[in-house]
Amino acid sequence: MADYVQMWKDLGMDLDTHDLLCQVLPTAVGDVFLSQENRPQGMDFWDLVISEVHGIRPAELIQAQKEGKKVFGTFCVYVPDEVVIAADGIVTGLCGGSQFWVPGGEAVLPKSTCPLIKASVGARLGKTCPFFRIADIYVGETTCDGKKKAYEILGEDVPMYVMDVPQMKREKDILKWKEEIAEFAKTVEEFTGNKLTPEKLGEAIHVINERRKALARVYECRKSECLPISGRDALLMMQISFFDDPVRCAQMCNKLADELEQRIKDGVSVVPAGTKRILVTGTPLAVPNWKLHNIIETSGGAVVCEEMCTGTRYFENLVDETKTTLDEQFMALSERYMKTNCACFTPNTGRIDDILRLVKEYKVDGVIDCNLKFCCLYDTEKYSVSRALKEAGVPILSLETDYADTDAEQLRTRIGAFLEMLNG
Amino acid sequence: MKHYIGIDIGSTCAKTIVMNEEARVLYRLLQPTGWSSVDTARTIRKNLEDLGVDLSESPVVATGYGRVSVPYADKQVTEITCHGRGACYIHGDRLLTVIDIGGQDTKLISVDNGMVQDFIMNDKCSAGTGRFLEVMANTLALAPEELCRLAAQGGGVSINSMCTVFAESEVISLIGRGETKENIAFAVVDSIVKKVVSQAGRLKLGETVCLTGGLCEFDYLRKSLSKALGVEVQADPEGCYAGAIGAALQARKVEKRKGEEVT
Repeated sequence: MADYVQMWKDLGMDLDTHDLLCQVLPTAVGDVFLSQENRPQGMDFWDLVISEVHGIRPAELIQAQKEGKKVFGTFCVYVPDEVVIAADGIVTGLCGGSQFWVPGGEAVLPKSTCPLIKASVGARLGKTCPFFRIADIYVGETTCDGKKKAYEILGEDVPMYVMDVPQMKREKDILKWKEEIAEFAKTVEEFTGNKLTPEKLGEAIHVINERRKALARVYECRKSECLPISGRDALLMMQISFFDDPVRCAQMCNKLADELEQRIKDGVSVVPAGTKRILVTGTPLAVPNWKLHNIIETSGGAVVCEEMCTGTRYFENLVDETKTTLDEQFMALSERYMKTNCACFTPNTGRIDDILRLVKEYKVDGVIDCNLKFCCLYDTEKYSVSRALKEAGVPILSLETDYADTDAEQLRTRIGAFLEMLNG
Repeated sequence: MKHYIGIDIGSTCAKTIVMNEEARVLYRLLQPTGWSSVDTARTIRKNLEDLGVDLSESPVVATGYGRVSVPYADKQVTEITCHGRGACYIHGDRLLTVIDIGGQDTKLISVDNGMVQDFIMNDKCSAGTGRFLEVMANTLALAPEELCRLAAQGGGVSINSMCTVFAESEVISLIGRGETKENIAFAVVDSIVKKVVSQAGRLKLGETVCLTGGLCEFDYLRKSLSKALGVEVQADPEGCYAGAIGAALQARKVEKRKGEEVT
């Protein structure tokens, strides 16, 4: 690993504690990823990025900052990257996915807060994640009560901007989200000192659409009976895409898709024929949360699709590229983003339609619906998800877990039993 | 001679079943799991050899939370699948709902013709499990079966905490208040029943509902469950072997591992 100690020092990080985090990562990566057989070559890129996850990309971001660029940290697939990129800003995901940061979050948040929020707050306050140090401004959103209140606490430590996501999807809500995007654009212009133009926003919309198409191409390959990539590898690619430069991300994903398409032609599968195909749905899986995929795939199943923010919700639906005024472009953005089906909306029957559609498209044998502990929204929605799938005759397993490893064996029993049930 | 062996290493007890070609149970062994599943598995192996079982040609399936600690097992199968199969062996090929109250978890399993259709398992905590009953019985200086017998004569008291630790404090304050053992015992069983009923609400009940696991011989528990679920819950003395029976049935489909002898 290259030496990033000086960089971390300059970022004001707590190096001793950060060392502890750095010590566990290589083992986790080895166990979850490198131990797999017959992986696509294209995964080398993501293996490298994850092995130096606190080095390579942070160094790039710091270099960009030296050149006058601003870094926006975000927590939700509803925040439009396009607007930031159009003003020559950079977007990086900030969601915490490790138990390592949870105690730090619990120092200021109630225990009954979801681990993603606790880890995110802990990563900032504990000074143990470079991305949380680098971001010049955080962009939050009102997708759940836990986040809303956590942003107030984070806002005392770092510049914070919060977008008000509607709770319903009526015509007036889509208009409201357009207004929110327009207002966010003003803040972005002020913060970066760069003016938005229809040309620049049009370009940014194109860049992000290209990333969506590239991710969708990889997912398209996962629909094949001959499965060319494991769920773990696809998840890693998806997780890193939140941090990477969008143009390079699209290039690497397209390169991977080329290889996967060739693998399908050559009949190269990462699992034996007849391996049960699992769709995972629910709350996001932020880096380095690989627990669920790892248990499913080491218990003899294959994850073929994720209906989650770190999955189809990130890339499905494109923004209309034909609009030529900022006003029309903001509307086009709003229309695309408001198609994303998050449990924070009511009603949210679109998510159930999505799951049923994905079950068919990805030839799924069984669905695992898993929410992070204390996510009241996704937990409650399990009821209607499970009912709809049972009515459609699709086997479903509902789970709840957090970032700790303490329930790994209990999860393994449930998931093992579910796979035994599918295998008959 | 070839036998089929099912070993169910639970959190409290280890159950072993030896079957013959005709799927008839020849031997059943029951022993406490103790603190080491590995030692338990070794003892079982010795007991089996003493019974004249030839492990070099008899397939072994291990189940239960200690299933990974049986090095001579040819296959591991989860306790959910095994309890489903085992309950079907005991109660017949019907649409069954199996309630298994185990040492550290409670499972509800829908079974059709021995095949698991759906299941629900309690969360990580021990509410409504055999462990819960054991802890409460200890607090009352009773054996679990005594607690169940006394409960039949009690009433009018309830425990509201789902957490075993908090429920224990509640029981201690009931003792402090001078509540009778019968009434407290009633409250303990009632709390387990309520937990099972709330889980059952998420599953479609089959034609037959049966109770397996270590508590299946506690008649008052069975009666209380029957009353709360509105169906006559069946129980069989074999019920505590359901997991091991299911594992032995699975062993009939397993190829004996070839190669060097694993100890």
